[in-house]
Amino acid sequence: MNLSPIIEVKDLVRKFNSFVAVDSVSFEVNRGEIFAFLGPNGAGKTTTIKMLTTLLDPTSGIIRVNGFDSSEKDEIRSSFGIVFQDPSLDDELTAYENMEFHGALYGVEKAELVPKIDSLLVLVDLHARRNDLVKTFSGGMKRRLEIARALIHAPQILFLDEPTIGLDPQTRNHMWNYVKNLNQSRGMTVFFTTHYMEEAERVSGRVAVIDRGKIITVGTPQEIRESTSSGSLEEAFLKLTGHSIREEEASAAEGMRMQRRMWGR
Amino acid sequence: MTSVLFMMWLRQLKRYWRSKPRMIGSLGQPLLFLLALGFGFGPIFEKAGGGSYIQFIAPGIIAMSILFSAMFSGIEVIWDRQFGFLKETLVAPVPRWKIMLGRVLGGASVACMQGLIVFAVCLLIGFRPTDLAGIPLSFVFMFLIAMFFTALGTAIASLLEDMQAFPLIMNFLVMPVFFLSGALFPIEGLSGIIKTVTLLDPLSYGVDGLRASLTGISHIGLVADFLVMLVLTLVTLAVGARIFSRIQI
Ligand SMILES: Nc1ncnc2c1ncn2[C@@H]1O[C@H](COP(=O)(O)OP(=O)(O)O)[C@@H](O)[C@H]1O
Ligand SMILES: [Mg+2]
Repeated sequence: MNLSPIIEVKDLVRKFNSFVAVDSVSFEVNRGEIFAFLGPNGAGKTTTIKMLTTLLDPTSGIIRVNGFDSSEKDEIRSSFGIVFQDPSLDDELTAYENMEFHGALYGVEKAELVPKIDSLLVLVDLHARRNDLVKTFSGGMKRRLEIARALIHAPQILFLDEPTIGLDPQTRNHMWNYVKNLNQSRGMTVFFTTHYMEEAERVSGRVAVIDRGKIITVGTPQEIRESTSSGSLEEAFLKLTGHSIREEEASAAEGMRMQRRMWGR
Repeated sequence: MTSVLFMMWLRQLKRYWRSKPRMIGSLGQPLLFLLALGFGFGPIFEKAGGGSYIQFIAPGIIAMSILFSAMFSGIEVIWDRQFGFLKETLVAPVPRWKIMLGRVLGGASVACMQGLIVFAVCLLIGFRPTDLAGIPLSFVFMFLIAMFFTALGTAIASLLEDMQAFPLIMNFLVMPVFFLSGALFPIEGLSGIIKTVTLLDPLSYGVDGLRASLTGISHIGLVADFLVMLVLTLVTLAVGARIFSRIQI
């Protein structure tokens, strides 16, 4: 068993023009850990995940994932699975076809793939709809399908970017039980972001709080509660990141709106 | 393991097959050209001693339908980016050139099917290939035209973040490529700068090759047509794969 951290990030910076979205971030995630990235909207969580998953090049800084340098993109890509924050399904394919496509991309053997897809579709309660086009699905159903899809191949690291948004408590529970089971039985590392503090508190070993592109603190939920003398992680989070809605948040929301307008959505 | 190339290809075909409005809609323009030009402009062409105009433009209109469909398939990269599916393929542990090649093969197959449908319509309204042995050769040219323009569309779309440039591409690339290609008029009769422009247009070689294989009439020469299209396609695939590999999201 390799004892070095599975994710190492040092002085990571990402700028968009002059705007610094990720500002000299450093942290490590250990093999087999469930690690939560907490932060308000626009904190830089998704941007960090994009850099860790080879979708975006850092402006500067060092990333090592599963022992691979950030230039070894193919090697990094075979190390992880991901549920993106934004939709990533093909609407013109059926649920089953989306799963099948993913299996082919990740080289899962057909004999293994078919029962796997079936059991995962049952897990997220979409088995009855497996032959329907994804464009007929609701937002929550699409989310469930994306989660099921990410679990088809057994990655060493699973990235989940706000995976449970829009899911009912039952599905959220199912998903976390399944993920925790994989974490315990196979030592799969989980790196996730969330807005639900109780979720972070319940499932994660360690938590990093990020705000305005900077990491404010890293520790177990208990350590963070104690260091801020808070009764809950939520209270600690608000103490660390402030109660008020700040300009950054407003501008991030505005940025997203503008992007959406550009896409014509 | 099911090949990634095959899955990318299959996906394009399924999307095409399921989108009947697109299938029918993209036949509209070639048919309009065929009918309006064939029956409207044809008599003048024939009076001027150019021979049967339907015989002349049918290969050009087949090439046109392939050009439009191929460019459209290439540009679909932007849609995939917009709807998010591109990310799914970009994080996969598969060399990105394979993803790109699979997309291009799928898009080119779709474009070839459009070309075959237009070919069938041409036969219906009186187009007659002069040599049946040329038909397989015409398929080769259809495929080359389809591959080249799908790869080109993919390469261009990989550089763009949204659909805003789409009208620009249609008006300043696809339309000129079509109109300056010798699809509608013989290159032979041209002089000076227009002839030069025509010979710089990749589609001219595709159209000429297609026309040569179907009707035996060529202004450039079958071998030159084939070699130019082949080299252009390979170069565009190589460059396009590089550009596609560098996409950031
Ligand atoms: N492609 C981009 N161009 C410009 N600004 C961006 C881009 N992507 C993200 N940002 C900005 O970077 C900041 C961090 O965004 P993000 O990482 O998505 O935050 P989070 O996921 O924590 O909500 C936001 O202010 C956002 O507007
Ligand atoms: Mg985010």
